[in-house]
Amino acid sequence: MMPLQLLILALVAVAGTAVVFTREPVMQPVGISFFGLILALMFMAYQAPDVALSQLVIGAVGLPLMILLALARLRRHDE
Amino acid sequence: MNERWRLLLFVLGALGVAALYVIAFIALPGPDPLRDRYRLAINSRTVPEHNATDAVTAVNFDYRGFDTLGEEFILFVSVMGAMALLRQAEEKKTIELRDAIDASRDVPGSTAIRVWVLAMVAPKVLFGFYIVSHGQLTPGGGFQGGVILATAPLVIYLGAHFKLFKKIVPHTAVDVAEAIGVAGYVIIGMLAFFWGGHTREFLTNVLPMGKAGSPAASGTMPLISLATGLEVAAGFSILLYAFLQELLTKEKPSEQPEQRPEGHA
Repeated sequence: MMPLQLLILALVAVAGTAVVFTREPVMQPVGISFFGLILALMFMAYQAPDVALSQLVIGAVGLPLMILLALARLRRHDE
Repeated sequence: MNERWRLLLFVLGALGVAALYVIAFIALPGPDPLRDRYRLAINSRTVPEHNATDAVTAVNFDYRGFDTLGEEFILFVSVMGAMALLRQAEEKKTIELRDAIDASRDVPGSTAIRVWVLAMVAPKVLFGFYIVSHGQLTPGGGFQGGVILATAPLVIYLGAHFKLFKKIVPHTAVDVAEAIGVAGYVIIGMLAFFWGGHTREFLTNVLPMGKAGSPAASGTMPLISLATGLEVAAGFSILLYAFLQELLTKEKPSEQPEQRPEGHA
């Protein structure tokens, strides 16, 4: 494996662990967004640009958006 | 079971999984000419058969076009499911208050965000259309371009009010767009029933193939790409619209359900 791919895989491992160890629900979307970005870089490093494009938008924008919307909805119900 | 025993159990399990994972990783087969047979077959056929230079999109929309149709329907049905769940809560509010936005919740973005949004909306839309229309030429395609297009209304909402978002993606327009996208894919597939020659299989590529490297090449692929892009962009916009409307409209205190008049069935 090339050094670039090894480096990106190490970053994926670190980011994944960081996502798991984030406890606050409000801070989790930030970690997930960063993790999605690193995953998109990983797909690019493995020469899959189509997947990287989808992953970039869905994982770094769509998923944290849905989480934040759900959190806002729950918080509103508690008021 | 208290915490220490749970931790011990987890560590044992994790060690076992790690050991098996390392063994499996080491035993993975190396590069072997027989393994890449499908890749070589696809790469050698996309340009002569379909004039498509992006093999991934050719596989998505032509060779395995039926699977992509299934994926489109998955997205469509999940958006429908989310709408069904979110619209149920809307029944409790009266019609007059549906459009009353709770001002304390609908805060526009700061000036920095608004400047950035102003600069980025046009490139986003242009880039999204570019990715959708050049699906068979460069990496991208309908789905990727569609989600890029869907981020444009989202970013407009971030910079401005929900009212502007509602004006840009009116509810009926995105509903119709999504329906056109899904139905368009099926109708393009049914073109093969009329022009398919002797095979007449669903989703055969029956339109003229054009020149390799032109956006109008590869027969049905650019049309399917457009339909998919429309459907995905509209689907995400609907989802966002429903969530934001649910979140930002004033909630009326629950009132008594209407009494049924006596004497009526």
